[in-house]
Amino acid sequence: MLRIEDVTVRFDGSAAVDDASLEVGRGEVVAVLGPSGSGKTTLLRVVAGLQAPDSGRVLLDGVDLAGTAPHRRGIGLVFQDHALFPHRDVAGNVSFGLRMRGDPPRRVTARTAEVLELVGLTGFEHRSVGSLSGGEQQRVALARTLAPEPRVLLLDEPLGSLDRRLRDRLLEDLGQLFDELGVTAMYVTHDQTEAFTLGDRVAVMRAGGVVQVATPDELWSHPADADVARFLGLANVAGKEVVRPEAVTVRASPDGNGTVESAVRTGPLVRLRVALDDGRALEAAVAAVDHPAPGDRVDVTIDPEGIVRLR
Amino acid sequence: MRRRTWRAVTYGVPLAFLGLFFVYPLAAILDRGLRGAGDPPLDVLADPLTREVVWFTVWQALASTVLTIALATPAAYVLGRYRFRGRSVVSAIVVVPFVLPTVVVALAFLAILPDGVERGWAPILVAHAFFNVAVVVRIVGTFWANLDPRLGEAAATLGASPAQRAREIVLPLLAPALAAAGAIVFLFSFTSFGIVLILGGPRYATIEAEIYNQAIRLFDLRAAAVLSLVQLACVVAAVWVATRLERRLVVAGGLRAERDTLRSIRTRREKLVVAASLGGLGLFLGLPLAVLVERSLAVGDGYGLDAYRALAEPTSILLASPWEAIVNSLVYAAAASVIAIVVGGLAAFAVADTRGSRLLDLLVLIPLGASAVMLGLGFLIAFDTPPLDIRAAPWIVPVVQALVAIPFVVRIMVPTLRSIDPRLREAAALLGASPGRVRREVDLPIVARGLAVAAGFAFAISLGEFGATVFLARPDRPTLPVAIFRFLGRPGEVNVAQAYALAVVLMAVTVLSVLLVERVRMRRGGWF
Repeated sequence: MLRIEDVTVRFDGSAAVDDASLEVGRGEVVAVLGPSGSGKTTLLRVVAGLQAPDSGRVLLDGVDLAGTAPHRRGIGLVFQDHALFPHRDVAGNVSFGLRMRGDPPRRVTARTAEVLELVGLTGFEHRSVGSLSGGEQQRVALARTLAPEPRVLLLDEPLGSLDRRLRDRLLEDLGQLFDELGVTAMYVTHDQTEAFTLGDRVAVMRAGGVVQVATPDELWSHPADADVARFLGLANVAGKEVVRPEAVTVRASPDGNGTVESAVRTGPLVRLRVALDDGRALEAAVAAVDHPAPGDRVDVTIDPEGIVRLR
Repeated sequence: MRRRTWRAVTYGVPLAFLGLFFVYPLAAILDRGLRGAGDPPLDVLADPLTREVVWFTVWQALASTVLTIALATPAAYVLGRYRFRGRSVVSAIVVVPFVLPTVVVALAFLAILPDGVERGWAPILVAHAFFNVAVVVRIVGTFWANLDPRLGEAAATLGASPAQRAREIVLPLLAPALAAAGAIVFLFSFTSFGIVLILGGPRYATIEAEIYNQAIRLFDLRAAAVLSLVQLACVVAAVWVATRLERRLVVAGGLRAERDTLRSIRTRREKLVVAASLGGLGLFLGLPLAVLVERSLAVGDGYGLDAYRALAEPTSILLASPWEAIVNSLVYAAAASVIAIVVGGLAAFAVADTRGSRLLDLLVLIPLGASAVMLGLGFLIAFDTPPLDIRAAPWIVPVVQALVAIPFVVRIMVPTLRSIDPRLREAAALLGASPGRVRREVDLPIVARGLAVAAGFAFAISLGEFGATVFLARPDRPTLPVAIFRFLGRPGEVNVAQAYALAVVLMAVTVLSVLLVERVRMRRGGWF
């Protein structure tokens, strides 16, 4: 349905998006995952028509969008930090696209109420957007974009500015909403959890290019290269081999084959860095209250099933 | 200095100065207008001439405001949306006409007035726009540069066409800046004096010009006083409406730092828009001044420096040589800026220190609207009889010029003082600086720049001050604007040529002092 073909965008000579191609099928959610500066936002802006590509095409239902102004594309964009209209109340923001389309007032009111209910903000119509919490603003931004029923929904780090707990809850809500509405969407994020939770497929971007497009499971089991593996949090990359942290078992043992270098608790798991006697260094995750301390001798075993060979 | 002594000084000095030189003359006008010869002031109010003057004053001010905004908006848009080389130079140069003496502006437009076109309302409106374009470009352009461009983009993705975006997003968000700039332009045009006096011809007069006519040409101080009261009432009403409007229009949010909003010029169409907007403005601002210079050099059919050479020779028109007028102007303006900086600076400290001191804030700002001519008339009435027979004192001219400059000084200084982040002082203290050291190392360097900028502005304003000075300058001690006006009042090509030459000198001195200011001016903060 949406097809991005060899798009390149240059800023002051250097390429922000470099020959990127991607396809999004009808009703599919593709998460675009990449570190900041990898060109994700610029790619979204090209699709929305807010940024003209230096080369390449964007096709929607087989029609080249070049030369179609953003307001005629029927593509919705949820902005980073929301970009809500400060001079309009909640209803004024949500109904904006409907009014631009020229809907009669009755329909505008009805559809606004409908969308606000969808995002759980019924009764917020006349609140000023400045008085809303971060999560509420996020929902208004989503409702505003969904109201005119865009053909494609683009989301640019929509949960980026929220705290972790709120983010987890909204992530769940978004997933349900996407399923319910069957939307076609591109979801840009630098957060692996968001990408894996919402994306039917995940496109990994690096330095302006799309390096891999795959389902979350495929991506996890077969990262395209060492950089993708590292970006996904697979720390044990050595040459063409990746060892998953969960395949590494660490047991305290005075006559083991390695020494713990550091131990850091990150929530329920403790990440251990172990220097093996054969010179290799490994990272392992231990789910225990008691764990080896730095300097302890440990016995490390690796489950051969957990070793991935890179292509 | 002990804190209490400091407070007494920051409040006491400005209050005493304004009380004596502003409130007292104003009260004298009030007294003369309302009690005067025993008649109520109704006859002046009922005079059809008064009604005509008030009507003209109002509509020309409104029309001037609309014209100014229309002419300034393209440039404000370009400065508010694009990043390009010379951007800061452009925003510095547009200020030049604003600080030019009104007499110079009027003369420049007199020079480009095509033959056969009568003086009248049209050149007045255009000259007001020329003079005030900077206000709109700077205030609206700066505000525009801080508007989040993603709001427009969001509207575009929601299906809003460029025209709908302008109407639904840009206009409502710019409204507070437009209202603020519009209010200032309206007030300046409403109380316009020099431009109207020179370009209006015999038929057109603002209230301000009519006050001068009544007082100086017809010697009717009572009618002048009544007209002053009418003007004061109008100005107060206009300020009241403007403040309410601005408050209603203000929208919280939607602002971003300039470095995130400006974009570079990329397409050919964008290049064309930028070039046309800035080129058009450049032509509008440059042409009259260029013609002014050209006229000052015209001798018969050719060109020469005759008019400039004649400046050194005494003339009966001034009871002195024009050269002496230049010296007078510089001395008066220097004295006036010292007074304005001391009084205005202290007032700024008081206003910035305690946010509750609304009275002083208001008192300092009123002279801005009370108008120069009213001040001149007030001085004339109040200081002409014992116990305060000081009208002929040589320092009276700098005092009245300082009064005109003080509101500007306060407007520049207060934001500078308030912009000092208290955490800077705390950080300095934690790094071991004693309170005195903090003031010297943190406050002073920041305030010093603001003071330098304010001093430059005060100097430029005093230099070009005409409305009040024309009442008070002694015949044998004219300032530059007064001398120019006197030359214009006499027939003969030689006199007109000398007026042009003096205007060019005045323009050069003013521009020089403003360019010095722009070099010191902080990149952020200040009035506009």
